[in-house]
Amino acid sequence: MANLSAQQRTRAQSRLRWELMANLVRKDLKVKYQGSVLGFLWSLANPLFLLVVYTFVFQVVLRTGIPSFGFYLLSGLLIWNAFAGSVGSACGAAVGNGGLIKKVRFPLTVLPLSTVAFAMVHFVLQLAVLVMAMLVGGHTSFLGPHLLLVVPAVGVALLFTVALSFLVAALNVRWRDTQHVVEIALLAGFWLNPIVYSVSLVQKELEGRGLYGAYYLNPMAGVVTAMQRALYAQNPLLPNGTQHVLADPGYRFYLEKLGLGGLVSLAVFALGYWAYRRLSGDFAEEL
Amino acid sequence: MPESSGSVAISAKAVSKVFRGQRATSLKEHLLRRGGRAEVGFTALRDIDLEIEAGHTVGLIGPNGSGKSTLLKVLAGILRPTSGEVTAYGRIASLLELGAGFNSELSGRDNVFLNASLLGLSHRETERLFDSIVAFSELAEFIDNPVKHYSSGMYVRLGFAVAVHVEPDILLVDEVLAVGDEAFQKKCLDKIAEFQADGRTILFVSHALGLVEQVCDRAVVLEHGRLVFDGDPEFATGTLRAMLGTARPTAEAAEPAEPRLLIPRITVGDVPGEERAEFAAGDKVAVRAVLQVAPDVAGMLGAVIVVIMGAGGIPVWVMRADRDLLPATGGEWALDFTVHDCPPLYGAFVAAVRVDDTEGNHLAVAQSRDAFWVRSGQEVGLLNVPYEVSARVGGDTR
Repeated sequence: MANLSAQQRTRAQSRLRWELMANLVRKDLKVKYQGSVLGFLWSLANPLFLLVVYTFVFQVVLRTGIPSFGFYLLSGLLIWNAFAGSVGSACGAAVGNGGLIKKVRFPLTVLPLSTVAFAMVHFVLQLAVLVMAMLVGGHTSFLGPHLLLVVPAVGVALLFTVALSFLVAALNVRWRDTQHVVEIALLAGFWLNPIVYSVSLVQKELEGRGLYGAYYLNPMAGVVTAMQRALYAQNPLLPNGTQHVLADPGYRFYLEKLGLGGLVSLAVFALGYWAYRRLSGDFAEEL
Repeated sequence: MPESSGSVAISAKAVSKVFRGQRATSLKEHLLRRGGRAEVGFTALRDIDLEIEAGHTVGLIGPNGSGKSTLLKVLAGILRPTSGEVTAYGRIASLLELGAGFNSELSGRDNVFLNASLLGLSHRETERLFDSIVAFSELAEFIDNPVKHYSSGMYVRLGFAVAVHVEPDILLVDEVLAVGDEAFQKKCLDKIAEFQADGRTILFVSHALGLVEQVCDRAVVLEHGRLVFDGDPEFATGTLRAMLGTARPTAEAAEPAEPRLLIPRITVGDVPGEERAEFAAGDKVAVRAVLQVAPDVAGMLGAVIVVIMGAGGIPVWVMRADRDLLPATGGEWALDFTVHDCPPLYGAFVAAVRVDDTEGNHLAVAQSRDAFWVRSGQEVGLLNVPYEVSARVGGDTR
């Protein structure tokens, strides 16, 4: 035991971290669904409920004119919910575990990571349900090579989520204002990203002013549109007769936007991770 | 595997910890405070030097608020020292609170796995140890119940069971042994004895001075964040009892009263009041103890005792100034103890000073900040004893 090489030791330590993270996620899942009859089904009920409400508002009342609006909405909404849910709860990742941080020494980086993993578990299950619903509902246009866009899209979303989760978890220990700012920013983000409307409407407004490219500096814009291309995967005309629902009918456009979003995410990750490592040394004192 | 004895398990070099005052936690407060009062820090640890050798059991004692728990947290790596350096060799487990990290909604079983994982055990190791953990906790029939239904004793038993199975090289324990019933305490002590037999290093904070004397082979006394004594456990507990005996009445606590008896300085040199780091056999060694004595205390003092201590707190020789030699009025006293012919010793020594009242109660204890060396020619051995050798072959070998 005493003569482990440095490499073996590092590997053993990182395995312990993964196990710790998995245990924390398991704990959160168990605690969340303990004592509820439907348990995990509730995590599926939430997007279904949103589906009913938004379909009524946007298809019946506001008449956005996107066919199969429910599938369009969920294509972008599920990944947004994973992102927003994770960043929102990451505010409490360190603050809510003060008792633990002050009494036990363990790798503190697992705290924000476990909130991300928790959200991702839900995302994967909700995605599975969406796919089944689309198969049952006959919306089979998602079957095809474009479905592979899900991989880079979720990759960029994951990186950006982890990046912001580290940042807000650290900042919220020092300034509790962070959680309020995050709450408002996430609400604004929901409406600024083309989740309940078509991105073409944004394009129409911004392209003339040369700002449409800058719109994709927000990594989630690229992620949401790519998810719509991959899952909704139809491109009918909007009622205005000049524009289509999707941002682009091909692939390259999305890969470019995801590449840009990935770079932005990487920069935010560097900042967030640096801030977290720097501030986490004082967590035990500040909490 | 325990380190071979003699190597350092954990060390603190010039460690200080200053807690910042109440910091602004909202932006509004932050802006309002800008340019306002400076944040006042609270110094919890001052310049602590401590080196603990592998295989030793060290007690950490001191009055409330003396910085014991802070020191333990700094050594455990939970708090970052403001200055200074902490180095540890081997796996550390800290037991600052039993069952820290337990989730009350989860079952005992789930909590064992979660807690073990926090303390650094892999899933496979935990599975292997699970039965032993449950057996130690004596909670087999409740292990699948949520821990919110546990009594506090059961909670503590499960927490201790997990922590001791982590099998650390260095165990840091904070006053957790005081909880639980007698049978459980006995079990804890047995486990500690087992750890000692395995050659593990233990550092524990306790207010149970009898326990410290019984279990530890060394004890450290903290007062106001300073290390005031380090050595023999019985001398350490005596120091602390002396301190607590002179504790100020709580009513005056708000405003620090004039100190009634202090030992601000102890110097060892060749001239009284000066300091020197090395001596040889035959040198003059002058120990000066400076005492601040309040006027009404002066008459109570029975003796000032100087103990020259070697490695591990072994008393080497004692010098005392009894009542008739002490000044009768208060003020700053300088008491000089001079040895004209230093004995032929070898090693590092410190001078400890104890002040007793006329009935022999210890009123104050302190020790010199720096150790001094004595070298007398021999390369090993405390004392250079003159001797002769003769040898012959055959004849009378009785």
